[in-house]
Amino acid sequence: MSETKKRRAGLETVSPVVPVQTTYYVPERDVDKSPILQCINLGISFGGLKAVEDFNLTLGRTEIAGLIGPNGAGKTTIFNLLTKVYQPTHGTILLDGKDTANMTTAQVNRAGIARTFQNIRLFHNQTVLDNVLIGLHNEMDYLMPSAILRLPNYWRAEKIARQRAMEYLALFHLDQHAEELAGSLPYGAQRRLEIARALATNPSLLLLDEPAAGMNPSETAELMENIVKIRDTFHIAILLIEHDMSLVMNICEGIAVLNFGRLIAKGNADAIRNDPVVVEAYLGRKGAKES
Amino acid sequence: MRLNKTSKKNYLTYAIVIVAYVIMQIVAGGGHLSSSLKGMLVPICAYVVMAVSLNLTVGILGELSLGHAGFMSVGAFMGTTAAIALQNAIPSAPLRLTVALIVGAVFAAIVGFLVGIPVLRLNGDYLAIVTLAFGEIIKSVFNNLYLGIDANGIHMSLLEDKTNLLEGGKLIIAGPMGIGGIKKIANFTAGFVLIMICLVVIFHLVNSRQGRAIMAVRDNRIAAESVGINVTHYKMMAFVTSAAMAGAAGALFALNYSTIVANKFDFNTSILVLVFVVFGGLGNMLGSVIAAAALTILPEALRSFASYRMLIYAIVLILVMLATNNPTLKGFFASLRGRFDKNSEKEASAS
Repeated sequence: MSETKKRRAGLETVSPVVPVQTTYYVPERDVDKSPILQCINLGISFGGLKAVEDFNLTLGRTEIAGLIGPNGAGKTTIFNLLTKVYQPTHGTILLDGKDTANMTTAQVNRAGIARTFQNIRLFHNQTVLDNVLIGLHNEMDYLMPSAILRLPNYWRAEKIARQRAMEYLALFHLDQHAEELAGSLPYGAQRRLEIARALATNPSLLLLDEPAAGMNPSETAELMENIVKIRDTFHIAILLIEHDMSLVMNICEGIAVLNFGRLIAKGNADAIRNDPVVVEAYLGRKGAKES
Repeated sequence: MRLNKTSKKNYLTYAIVIVAYVIMQIVAGGGHLSSSLKGMLVPICAYVVMAVSLNLTVGILGELSLGHAGFMSVGAFMGTTAAIALQNAIPSAPLRLTVALIVGAVFAAIVGFLVGIPVLRLNGDYLAIVTLAFGEIIKSVFNNLYLGIDANGIHMSLLEDKTNLLEGGKLIIAGPMGIGGIKKIANFTAGFVLIMICLVVIFHLVNSRQGRAIMAVRDNRIAAESVGINVTHYKMMAFVTSAAMAGAAGALFALNYSTIVANKFDFNTSILVLVFVVFGGLGNMLGSVIAAAALTILPEALRSFASYRMLIYAIVLILVMLATNNPTLKGFFASLRGRFDKNSEKEASAS
């Protein structure tokens, strides 16, 4: 168990809420630590189509990184590779130094990767609280007989889980909606709930697929604060796909640009903004102007 | 702590089953029950358990099973075999019945597990197809199975009687003749207890991390996987639990008759139970209990219509479904419920 994991395991006793930092303070720089995620020559082909090719990425333990690129560049495919929705046809994924080959989606989640979806995938017919409790599934350890006979360990685990679920909900201002059906929440709240559910699985790497899609500017601003708050509270790495450049440029410490399944640029916000290859990918060769 | 809506409904279900049991006991004790209805009490209990258990697969897990009678058959034959084989070893009838129900449940669970191994890994409607075939296979197996017991132990053969039992041995399952000479040890109280146990198991399962995982798989498989839920594992858990309950129901059902044959548990029985579940509402246990009881009594109550019986049965089914989907009636029931909730809230605030 890594040090950060241990610290987060104590979450049920200590309230995790840390005041939001307005200057984006990085709690622990990862220079001397092993990366949480390494993708080495990652690739997948569907028949003859190489959807992703030679994708290399290294992610620090508390880094916020962005994955951008035009539509159809393969960004979501990379998320699906990382979470083993697709098995990669080439390359290696090392999570905390461990090879995730042959793992299933569920096993990868238990190993430490949680994600949200581009098209929201909540359990719409269940309550907001139940959605987070489902996220806490592997944090509870009682077995089926305890559940049916309602043994003491059932009550204990359920009580702790409910408290923790409410803490996660409070973090995203959803606690007053705990008993409502997830499907009845407004769009922005559903996105927040999906992040809360992903965080409940106690990940060390959080993948956010277009978290700001469909949000208005004030909601996006709040989301930016939330993402940084998540990193500062839980000390995890966050990799996000986003088309909203203000969000990406403001909070991502590293940005990777993808086009036609290939990495075309990596670097910090300034480097990416001024990279002619990136500008070309977005705007085309002729009108190469900075936007 | 205030009760939420689901636990309120669970307690209502328990209450209705208990009240129904007490009323039937009082009526039967007073001798006001016709003998045909009296003979139906145990089958009603068995069908209620069947409906509730199928609702676990169809309503909670969200997979269609068309061979639930197959599990009932396994439970019926294995449970009855155990009851007959242990006739001398366990003289107490209630204890023997309990053992028979458990044996039926265990065998049905094992068969459910074996069926589930290949099928529950797949996504889609494969379970419906495979269980449909499974029901027919089980029927054929029990139609051709000869099982006897003698001093040397248990002997089994297929297609023809090659058991060669010793003197004093007993052929229990006789192929297409099924099992004969069963001592009727099942009774209404046992049926009631079985229903209560099944309801408790299902309600407690649903409101636990396992149950939430099962419903998560039903609602959105990809999201369930993404939060670390092993989909096959939880599908299997629900399916095997459901099969075990059906096995116990089968044993209860069989031990209420003097003979039992495999053809009793055919595709029609599976569909009949599915009708109970759909009629009572997917995932609605109270609905399943009421639908199973009502639709088992109905054909009996319609006996005076002679050959028009099934026609009227069908018409009643259609009318009830139309009525329950009628907006005016729905509004009426909703307003009733609203008044009931207001009253109970008043009581709660007064106390």
